Amino acid sequence: MDKFIIELKHLSKSFDDKKVLEDINLQIRQGEFVTLLGPSGCGKTTILRLIAGFLKPDDGSILLEGKDLSDVPPYKRPLNTVFQRYALFPHLDVYDNIAFGLKLQKVPGEEIEKRVRKVLKLVSMSDYEERDVESLSGGQQQRVAIARALVNRPKVLLLDEPLAALDLKMRKDMQIELKEMHDKLGITFIYVTHDQEEALTLSDTVIVLKEGKIQQTGTPADIYNEPVNSFVADFIGDSNILNGIMVRDRRVKFLYHEFDCVDEGFGENVPVDVVVRPEDIYIMNRTEGSQFTGVVKSCTFKGVHYEMFVMTDEGYELMVQDYNAFEIGSTVGLIIKPQDIQVMKKERVCNSYRGVMKGADRVEFLGAEFECVPGDFKEGDPVEVEVDFRKVDLMDDKEDGCTYGTVASILYKGNHYFLRVKTESGEDIYSHTQDVWDKYDTVGIKILPQDIRIKKLTGDE
Amino acid sequence: MKRFLARIYVWVLLVLLYAPVVFIAVCSFTESRVMGNWTGFSFKLYGNLFGGVMQGGSALLSAIENTLVIALLAALFSMLLGTLAAIGIHNLRGRKRNTMQLLNNIPIVNPDVITGVSLFLLFVFLKVSQGYVTVVLAHITFCTPFVVLNVMPRLTQINPNTYEAALDLGATPAQAFAKVLVPQLVPGMVSGFILAFTMSLDDFAVTFFTRGTIGLDTLSTYIYTDARKGGLTPELRPLMTLIFLLMLVLLVIVNVRANRRNKIEVEK
Repeated sequence: MDKFIIELKHLSKSFDDKKVLEDINLQIRQGEFVTLLGPSGCGKTTILRLIAGFLKPDDGSILLEGKDLSDVPPYKRPLNTVFQRYALFPHLDVYDNIAFGLKLQKVPGEEIEKRVRKVLKLVSMSDYEERDVESLSGGQQQRVAIARALVNRPKVLLLDEPLAALDLKMRKDMQIELKEMHDKLGITFIYVTHDQEEALTLSDTVIVLKEGKIQQTGTPADIYNEPVNSFVADFIGDSNILNGIMVRDRRVKFLYHEFDCVDEGFGENVPVDVVVRPEDIYIMNRTEGSQFTGVVKSCTFKGVHYEMFVMTDEGYELMVQDYNAFEIGSTVGLIIKPQDIQVMKKERVCNSYRGVMKGADRVEFLGAEFECVPGDFKEGDPVEVEVDFRKVDLMDDKEDGCTYGTVASILYKGNHYFLRVKTESGEDIYSHTQDVWDKYDTVGIKILPQDIRIKKLTGDE
Repeated sequence: MKRFLARIYVWVLLVLLYAPVVFIAVCSFTESRVMGNWTGFSFKLYGNLFGGVMQGGSALLSAIENTLVIALLAALFSMLLGTLAAIGIHNLRGRKRNTMQLLNNIPIVNPDVITGVSLFLLFVFLKVSQGYVTVVLAHITFCTPFVVLNVMPRLTQINPNTYEAALDLGATPAQAFAKVLVPQLVPGMVSGFILAFTMSLDDFAVTFFTRGTIGLDTLSTYIYTDARKGGLTPELRPLMTLIFLLMLVLLVIVNVRANRRNKIEVEK
């Protein structure tokens, strides 16, 4: 069995009534560089603060080398943290900042001096001992913060978006240095970031989080090449995410064409999400020998490659990257190879909710009352309600809908947008729409009576 | 012309503001018993003051001593209490925090007479015999909100992660408080201390109502009684001049400190 230095078991945490983490399970090996990646508010920093001990979990446990850390206060945990805004002590100079932990441990003065010198050399800050920390640049302050943590020889180094406040050039340099330090010291690094490129560059293992749940754990290559769902695919790198139908094993239909693929085991005629990376679409000037054709809509030079948007004959917009530029307005042939098609199970195929009948033709769900087609139900009956994505109508004015919500996420799927709208009741409703909305827009939600499917809820449920 | 008038206006204002102080300062350098008569330049009143050779000399000296000791004690305790209170208020959230800040600010705008009378009634109700201790307690009471007011902005400037960083590096909560939080609060605490000291020094109303009947005098109550007895003791003139200078120095110190801090902030 592998030895794990840190294990998280069924970790849950809520702030007030809001669930931030739900049943997080995680195992981290000795010496691993693990990155927690996700958009803001996904709970990644909360996990780090739980491990450091600044927060207590509502449920679950954290093990360090097999021992439960629950009752160990932060100052007794053999872990150290590098904070996002450095958190250096402004009243101490560089030397005393770094020596702070060692002095508390009553390490003899001579050894303190030796270790501080050594770690300053490691972060290339040897000549700065006497400097006031407030006079240092952001990058230098971050080096001191890293040195201050490393000098205590922690078993695990926790890094909370340590490079977020630095400019691009400095960030790139520090990434390389961090990676070198990790390789040299052999300490386990747990790194939190929202920058997918940083995560892919640095990590041995990437853990993608969304709304307090782990979406995917894997090597950077796994995460990039085989995202498990449309969220991961969209979050990591550029991608074309499309609706498709798995016709049978190794055969998938999307863009109105059938393609060979390498995926199996989805069943026959099952709706799926399909991801194709823009660099995996072959583009050429001739149309013979191509799988499908389209017209180039735009072409932008991106340094190494050109980024083009191609409108297929069937009306899908695809992002294509190639080393050659193709003329805007020209007709091109396109090919996608089987191994470049990533097929993912759809998380949901329609909106479904628990509801209650409020009359023969009224049903309550999503915290609001909707008109529905009268059926075999009476007032007070608990029911299951289903609404197709494309039947959810979003309105400019929130008063025009039966209820309203704010746009929580937007996914472009080639010829339409797939929106997640958070309603007042805290539940999500998904909508398939042609209209362009922005994140955080407030929208009215309208569903026609005939589009609400109502099913009886069986007694046991 | 407009600028000229503006300048005149400022000068008139300054003269009105400072004329009384300057008048006393000038009169402190003459020997006349009656204030306002110039009988030639002399340091005699200063000599009398420091030599204690004057009418009611020992009473005045003990009043000065009381004033200074009470001010120091009040400033010290209110600095400690106010700092702790500020940390507590800072860690509250939303409505609770606003409420506490409001509760802290009310005593500041409350007229001294009301503070004095209510403290007097409280001490009577609690059957505390009034004297030195009650005066010090009363001074701590009205000085503490000023310290809170001085320490709060410091707290918001502190990076909250520094406390956590200290814990992270192995400091117990008490060590983190003493070695990381307090050193960062010192500038606010010192300003609060100086302010509390000056507030206590020139207080009359609160002292008057809480000093009881044991004949305890601070400078302000002594001068009040002295003036009522008919005419101010001449030696008080040099004393007031010196107190004014002391206040001026303290004020300059506070301002220079604030300026230096602002400059550091601007440079960052």
